[in-house]
Amino acid sequence: MAQRTATAAQYQAVAVVGVGGVLGAEVRYGLGLLWPTPGGTFPWTTLLINAAGCLVIGVFLVAVTEGRPAHRLVRPFFGTGVLGGFTTFSTYCLDVRRLLVGHHPALAVGYLTGTLLAALAAVAAGAAGTRWWLVRRGAAR
Amino acid sequence: MNGAVLVAVGAVVGAPLRFLTDRAVQARYGSEFPWGTLVVNALGSLVLGLVAGAVASGAASGQLQLLVGTGFCGALTTYSTFGYETLRLLETGARRWAAANVAVSLLVGMAAVYAGAGLAGLLS
Repeated sequence: MAQRTATAAQYQAVAVVGVGGVLGAEVRYGLGLLWPTPGGTFPWTTLLINAAGCLVIGVFLVAVTEGRPAHRLVRPFFGTGVLGGFTTFSTYCLDVRRLLVGHHPALAVGYLTGTLLAALAAVAAGAAGTRWWLVRRGAAR
Repeated sequence: MNGAVLVAVGAVVGAPLRFLTDRAVQARYGSEFPWGTLVVNALGSLVLGLVAGAVASGAASGQLQLLVGTGFCGALTTYSTFGYETLRLLETGARRWAAANVAVSLLVGMAAVYAGAGLAGLLS
């Protein structure tokens, strides 16, 4: 019985990751249609998507791990599914290659490091800001 | 087929595959280093390089790009978890592991995308 319950919980987690992943990917796809970045130009859209996803995951994971406990499916749905589906590492690498192959080495290096720095700054700011807010509210665990 | 549908079909496979791969890799090689995310990011970059190469040479359609590239590879790979795991390594004092995670992820991701594109060139 315990075995069956564990399996059902795993299926539920996989299912919510799938649903969340579709939602995140659709938002990313939609933003790409709204703000396309033609070849040879700086891929701002993907940079901002990845930085925004990092800001939100910093806020979200600190909130659910250090603040009020959330339902067990909230983290797989939103953190793994929505934010994981929204952000992309593969397009980031492909865009760097496209800039290098298209003879835009300065843009390639700027994009490679710019995304990395923006993403790490965003996740750190999201986490720190949320911690500060939890302490202020007296809600930190 | 509608682009949004193709993206959804790719993502509904890619995101759970990331979740399951990460869990399997961390269960087997569980350590403070986030091997699971590295594996899915490398795999997704390899496949995306292959698809982009195939599309560029005319061997694959723009629809395949949406299904496998935007949908599957986009959902299989993640920048947010990569960022968060790097931050966690920094916060726990594992600065060298954090730096290694960044360096190895970028190197492996770039090598994978080049390998995929090279493979597409050989096949087409």
